Amino acid sequence: MNKTTDTILYLDGVSVSFDGFRAINNLSLVLNKGEMRAIIGPNGAGKTTMMDIITGKTRPDMGEVYFDGTHDLTRYDEADIAVLGIGRKFQKPTVFESHTVEDNIALSLKGPRVVLSTLFNRRSAEEASRIDAILATIRLEERRNELAFNLSHGQKQWLEIGMLLAQDPKLLLVDEPVAGMTDAETEETVRLLKDIARHHSVIVVEHDMHFVRELGVKVTCLHEGSVLSEGSLDRVSEDPRVIEVYLGR
Amino acid sequence: MIAARFLRDGIDRRIGLLLAILLAAAVLVPLLNLAVPPTSSFHMPTYLVALLGKYLCYAMLALSLDLVWGYCGILSLGHGAFFALGGYAMGMYLMRQIGARGVYGNPDLPDFMVFLNWKELPWYWYGFDQFWFAALMVMLAPGLLAFAFGWLAFRSRVTGVYLSIITQAMTYALLLAFFRNDMGFGGNNGLTDFKDILGFNLQARATRAALFSISALMLSGAVIITAALVSSKYGKLMIAVRDAESRTRFLGWRPENIKLFAFTISAVMAGIAGALYVPQVGIINPSEFSPANSIEIVIWTAVGGRGTILGPVIGAVAVNWGKSWFTAAMPELWLFALGGLFIAVTLLLPKGIVGTWDEWRAARRARRLPNELAPVSEPSLAEAAARTARHSIDPGPQPAE
Repeated sequence: MNKTTDTILYLDGVSVSFDGFRAINNLSLVLNKGEMRAIIGPNGAGKTTMMDIITGKTRPDMGEVYFDGTHDLTRYDEADIAVLGIGRKFQKPTVFESHTVEDNIALSLKGPRVVLSTLFNRRSAEEASRIDAILATIRLEERRNELAFNLSHGQKQWLEIGMLLAQDPKLLLVDEPVAGMTDAETEETVRLLKDIARHHSVIVVEHDMHFVRELGVKVTCLHEGSVLSEGSLDRVSEDPRVIEVYLGR
Repeated sequence: MIAARFLRDGIDRRIGLLLAILLAAAVLVPLLNLAVPPTSSFHMPTYLVALLGKYLCYAMLALSLDLVWGYCGILSLGHGAFFALGGYAMGMYLMRQIGARGVYGNPDLPDFMVFLNWKELPWYWYGFDQFWFAALMVMLAPGLLAFAFGWLAFRSRVTGVYLSIITQAMTYALLLAFFRNDMGFGGNNGLTDFKDILGFNLQARATRAALFSISALMLSGAVIITAALVSSKYGKLMIAVRDAESRTRFLGWRPENIKLFAFTISAVMAGIAGALYVPQVGIINPSEFSPANSIEIVIWTAVGGRGTILGPVIGAVAVNWGKSWFTAAMPELWLFALGGLFIAVTLLLPKGIVGTWDEWRAARRARRLPNELAPVSEPSLAEAAARTARHSIDPGPQPAE
């Protein structure tokens, strides 16, 4: 398989076990540049573990993980992988609650990650305008000087997506972005993700089928650590194996 | 310099007030002690000058702990070790200054070495007859220990209560090591009988007053540096690590480096505090390494309010003033009082004196101007509740050790 030209993410034969439990079992997955992909699957299917492998939190026992052609992700740790250009949103919204919305974005902005140089760092005009643009995208301009602690659950989700955007990654991994959101917030999130997908490659993990349908992208269904079915949502949801997994046997 | 930038950007009003008080004390205390005749009611007795000087050293120590605990989430239960190392470096200089005036009259060897039949000065005592070398070691010894310890611990991602336990083990190991006569640091008697510092007699009132002033100035410097650090982008990263370490990591920052820098700076600050402490109390011995001492530092910081600059200074002075009073009036009850104080603060004032004061002020302001300030309401009851909840998960230090 050609893994250098159009592919942003390439997983081949990846397996990982925890105490004998195979969380990921011979998983192979290819994501093209600019593609948005939805990952579905019942609890324990290995969705979050897959993200852990891609972002360097977990090392696979076997298999290849390549990013953007040449980077073997199994050799890097989380911080390196983030700098290479993979951003990750956690399932539970994780933002810096004692910081203002604006500072949350400012700390995420793409740039050198040298700790000592932050002692003397001052915000440039360019950075300030980047922050403004991102705050506009996630619609939190009005609340920029508020502590992230005071945001609603949905707004925290958006802020975290905004922090990902500030990183300017090539690939975004988004874990359950609409969990706990109202319908209006969900719709807003669909719009936001579609907007992001115009310039980035995105993987979205989600349980909410309505939301996945709204996204209207190719779907991969995971089960017991490997790919069960792949294709449009209609095709996947008609797959008898998927129905069996979801409805029980 | 970041300090210069910080001064240009304007200092927080309260920090400005603290600095003003410290500078005033640096001038007034020596004046009241030296220039005012002892018969006057404005005269400040010499013992009080030494006592206040000691409090200032403790305040600096608490501030150094607050830098890592309050701002970076590293609960060190071994900060006393850095303080003691700084103190020992200063003590070694003071020992060498005694020269031939010791009981045994040996110009090279301190008394305890003659007593133990040592023939020559061990290599690690070389250079301590020079003040500049001792001053360098005051910063280098704790700094290097903190760097090595932090490099190993933070890189291995040891956090929370496990990190607290190994910091405690570190100070306990040093306690045992310094107790040994073979170490060459005076065993359990430590270093004492100092005569003079930089040629000035340590018993002279003027020297004691000068040491107080220097302590006040050094504490002011530590306050400025800490305030500058926490208000820089680096300070924001420290708080980010405290709040959500994994988020910081997945943004591409290395939390281990952020923590390592804070931990090292903090240890150097604690070392300087120890070096100022030793000439004022006249002795340094291994009990300064005892884990209970390090836990007391945590209590001072918690009482004053962690995560604030003012808090640890107020906490250290208040608790130690209470200790001085208590240990004179009813010494057997002091440890109960200290433990009770810590429990009371944890339950009733989880943000300490300064944090609670801030909360109360914010609440009062919000009540007065409900319309204007409501949207930007500062820590409300909900937040207080959430903080309390978070505190209960926190690896809270146990006072009853």
